[in-house]
Amino acid sequence: MSIESQLGTLVGSLPDGVSEGVALGAGLADGYDLYESAIGNVAVTFNPGGVSSVDIADQAFEDRFVDRFGRKLIRAEAPSAWSRHIPAAIEAGTPGKLPIDLRSVTSFQAEVLTRTAMIPKGEVRPYAWLAHEVNRPGAVRAAGSAVARNPIPLIIPCHRVVRADGHIGNYSLGGTGNKHDLLEHEGARPDWLEDLASKHVRLQGNTSTKIFCHPTCHAIRRSKVENVVDFRSLDQAKNLGFRACELCRPCC
Amino acid sequence: MKEIGHALASDLDGEFPRVVEEMGRRIYWGLRRLSGNHQEAEDLTQETFIRAYQALASYDRDRIRGINLQPWVWTIALNLGRNHLRDRSRRPTYVEMIETGKPDPELPDGHVWDRRLSHLNGHQKTAVVLRHVVGMGISDISESTGRPEGTVKADIHRGLARLKQTIEEEQ
Repeated sequence: MSIESQLGTLVGSLPDGVSEGVALGAGLADGYDLYESAIGNVAVTFNPGGVSSVDIADQAFEDRFVDRFGRKLIRAEAPSAWSRHIPAAIEAGTPGKLPIDLRSVTSFQAEVLTRTAMIPKGEVRPYAWLAHEVNRPGAVRAAGSAVARNPIPLIIPCHRVVRADGHIGNYSLGGTGNKHDLLEHEGARPDWLEDLASKHVRLQGNTSTKIFCHPTCHAIRRSKVENVVDFRSLDQAKNLGFRACELCRPCC
Repeated sequence: MKEIGHALASDLDGEFPRVVEEMGRRIYWGLRRLSGNHQEAEDLTQETFIRAYQALASYDRDRIRGINLQPWVWTIALNLGRNHLRDRSRRPTYVEMIETGKPDPELPDGHVWDRRLSHLNGHQKTAVVLRHVVGMGISDISESTGRPEGTVKADIHRGLARLKQTIEEEQ
């Protein structure tokens, strides 16, 4: 056999894994890995643009991902440049240095979610407050549906957004029980929040500083118990000469 | 190849995986002989297609249709082989590639040919591998390497002569 034809036999098959590696690197498929959280194992998906979703790691999460995002899902290791930030972001309930991929939502929804990510751990805010914070005070329902469609729960802490009446409300990641557990885990005391809500308490003020806050704001939580008063509305607080806290910015 | 260009122009995301399936093995085995190393050839193959996808995604349809796909992809591969791989830490890694330590898919005579090819200079080796392992035509090789066709022909001719001499010396 000639040298030329011998050289022509030196082509085997494509090694396993190359196609998957290309799909992951090109962003045609997302990778996923499993992580622990306060509410059990979760599947975190990612692509070169960042973390794209968090979901309960059950039998059907791959189907749910494909239905929602229209991309394939492949078992993978997260990019080494930021993989170590994933467990930290889940525990802290905020992205921190972790890049997040919010291409799956509208720019308004992304703005709402980005603001949601800044609610401190252990605190909660009502939907109306979120709408106000993104300069769309009339868009309370739209803000609510942005939070309901949060593709990256836990890391974008939509569990820290509660109903206008103060009740903790629904949760997309496995239901209200999980929301209760997460808030408990973070020290936000959901049973106390429900109790305040049933007493129609929306805000609390400090009689010494004359400042009023959301009840979970760390400013009011540091106040002496005997100085704390309950308010049913913003107007009630203002009429009594209190002004809004500049940290938690109560607006409604 | 022409039909693939048209298919890519109309549905890049849907058709690109097919391009990887169809062209991937010749890219890998060509790079395998050029680098003499499984891991490097695998990494380069993967990176080549990722860069190809990114470039195509930024082109309009007419530009994609006008591409002569095989030499265009090889231009990317040869450039990557020259430069070093960057950006890999920003990508997800397919788990099978880490955990199982899959065996090297080397062909029976692969290492023999690597030794023989090591006697050729870089240009001769690239030209011989692209012509006779990958099966490309002279003009496509000229396009990929950026060397004139006459020079490519001479590289192939001298490379084959060197291989023949090496094989004779083995006996």
